[in-house]
Amino acid sequence: MSKMTFAAAIRDGLAVALDRDPKVLVYGLGVPDPKGVFGTTMGLQQQFGSRRVFDMPTSENAMTGIGVGAALGGMRPVLTHQRLDFALLSLDQIVNNAAKWRFMFGGKRGVPITIRMIIGRGWGQGPTHSQSLQAWFAHIPGLKVVMPTTPEDAKGLLLSSIFDEDPVIYLEHRWLHNLEGEVPPGDHRIPIGSARTLRSGGDATVVAMSLMSIEALHAADHLALQGVHCDLIDLRTVRPIDWPSIEASVRRTGRLLVVDTGYQTGGIAGEIVARIAGSCWKDLRAAPQRLAMPDVPEATSQALTEAYHVRAEHIARAIGQLVEKPVEFASLAAERRHPHDVPGDWFKGPF
Amino acid sequence: MNADLSRRLLRDMIRIRAVEEGIVTRYSQQKMRCPVHLSVGQEGPSVAVGAVLRPTDLAVSGHRAHAHYLAKGGDLPAMIAEIYGKATGCCSGKGGSMHLVDERVGFMGSTAIVGGTVPVGVGLALAKSLGAGDDIVCIFIGDAVLETGVFYESASFAVLRQLPVLFLCENNLYSVYSPLSVRQPEGRSLAGVAAGIGLGTSSGNGNDVAEAYDLIAAAVAKIRSGGGPQFVELATYRWREHCGPLFDNDIGYRTVEEFEDWKARDPIAAFTARLFAVKTIDDKWLAAEGAAIDGEIEAAFRFAEQSPFPEPSERFSDLYAA
Repeated sequence: MSKMTFAAAIRDGLAVALDRDPKVLVYGLGVPDPKGVFGTTMGLQQQFGSRRVFDMPTSENAMTGIGVGAALGGMRPVLTHQRLDFALLSLDQIVNNAAKWRFMFGGKRGVPITIRMIIGRGWGQGPTHSQSLQAWFAHIPGLKVVMPTTPEDAKGLLLSSIFDEDPVIYLEHRWLHNLEGEVPPGDHRIPIGSARTLRSGGDATVVAMSLMSIEALHAADHLALQGVHCDLIDLRTVRPIDWPSIEASVRRTGRLLVVDTGYQTGGIAGEIVARIAGSCWKDLRAAPQRLAMPDVPEATSQALTEAYHVRAEHIARAIGQLVEKPVEFASLAAERRHPHDVPGDWFKGPF
Repeated sequence: MNADLSRRLLRDMIRIRAVEEGIVTRYSQQKMRCPVHLSVGQEGPSVAVGAVLRPTDLAVSGHRAHAHYLAKGGDLPAMIAEIYGKATGCCSGKGGSMHLVDERVGFMGSTAIVGGTVPVGVGLALAKSLGAGDDIVCIFIGDAVLETGVFYESASFAVLRQLPVLFLCENNLYSVYSPLSVRQPEGRSLAGVAAGIGLGTSSGNGNDVAEAYDLIAAAVAKIRSGGGPQFVELATYRWREHCGPLFDNDIGYRTVEEFEDWKARDPIAAFTARLFAVKTIDDKWLAAEGAAIDGEIEAAFRFAEQSPFPEPSERFSDLYAA
């Protein structure tokens, strides 16, 4: 084990994959540039050569289809977008080709491509650098969608994605890049489709993903000091969802809150609430709840984002309402030492 | 062009047309329950490519792909069974006419979104370029593909990396019912646009199969010797309606005169007359080949009709690796 950041863990995972299998390709706009996609691809071209690690033209749609073709030709491409929002230019190739190929040709061949998309937030990222559209991709049969939260999972899910036989959308939150944690060495894999229980408690089940799992962690620990104990389930994969883990927890607690990084309408949180309302109806002791982004784009000005983001205090308040107990949550906001629109003092912009 | 090759080209054209006409005569039975985009009238470019490429060369295509698949050596009964939605179809009934595949002969797939397989073909070429050998990838496109953004992105990357790609463009003048005049500025040549991207280009008469063969053979030789991606534009014409078995000259998007003019330049009739004139073929050869082709096609339709449908449970299979 060694302590490293989420971004370094991604780089470590890419290096392990490149080293292990000569069929692995890593490319994307800026992959070999001096910034190395927030450090996640730093030095890989020097280490593994420009035939396997390369920059690309600003042609998201074709470069995705080229990855699909290379995958059909036996490669394992990893394509990186600096923001998810740019990947929207490639939806045709993701939805009509990558996701469909195995099915529509009767199982002849799959498309083992991994597409990294980074989700932005705050510090002026604005309407088109901050979208968390996991629900779009999770809606598509044929895709898998992962959203790691911890550095260990960032590496382990990346390796599982790269060596999966089907296309995987790998969503990483920009605000997690500097998060530190212990990461096992070598080819350490976290299975796709398996959630992780970050905290255990019998009063309520909180399900979250990506950055929201960290916010929920702060809320859960804060409430534990007040005698409210939650199961906190970090989804890690949003397609396929680990239903047995969620259902087992809800059957014990009878109360569910889902916290989503995406917009509320048509989101993953709504999907989980709907599914659990059906499968665990008799176990529920309160109406299942969700907390998600408001149904408006994220604005650029810091004056407009302060009340927009979901934070630990909102989650703590929602849990208090769910368990019908008075809880203190204001101090979570009061004790935060950095401005609301950055993940920590390390983030000085620009993106 | 030697006699064997000439006879092969003619035979392959006759065979593809007979397959398409076999679909036409049976389509109203409502047993082939998927859209079909027939290649009648534009068999020339396909068979020319088929005669130039090796089995280890790869090909991808679009919605009008029957001729491409068959010319590359694709399994005929599996194609017909696929159109019938049968378990023995080349996609086990999941794809239909617009999704054909036969990896044994390098036909890697055709899909229904115009331009959709262009980057896939370039990606297959990228994978080829990372290995050894001089195999190439043929990307079958129509004139409308030069209106999609993904073509420019893909072709540019193929030029950037000097990938072994043949862009085989059949220009049949129409995108569904929309003529080139509403899609491209007057006087613009598609090959000229391709040249602007940096592709090597040539263009000619796709209804003259010998001319098409020579152009394609020259382009493929350039690609194999490291000359970079090539674009071959071949003029041709679709006789039947955009989608379906009928003729549609009566609905007003093209004139009967234009249709008759192209029909008079039937690639099969022209090449048949030429080979007769130089005594490469005779009536006996034509009759024997025709009978063999008809027998093969009858057997293919019989195979499709007699094959079982996929089990209903198969609707969930093949989504992910087992």
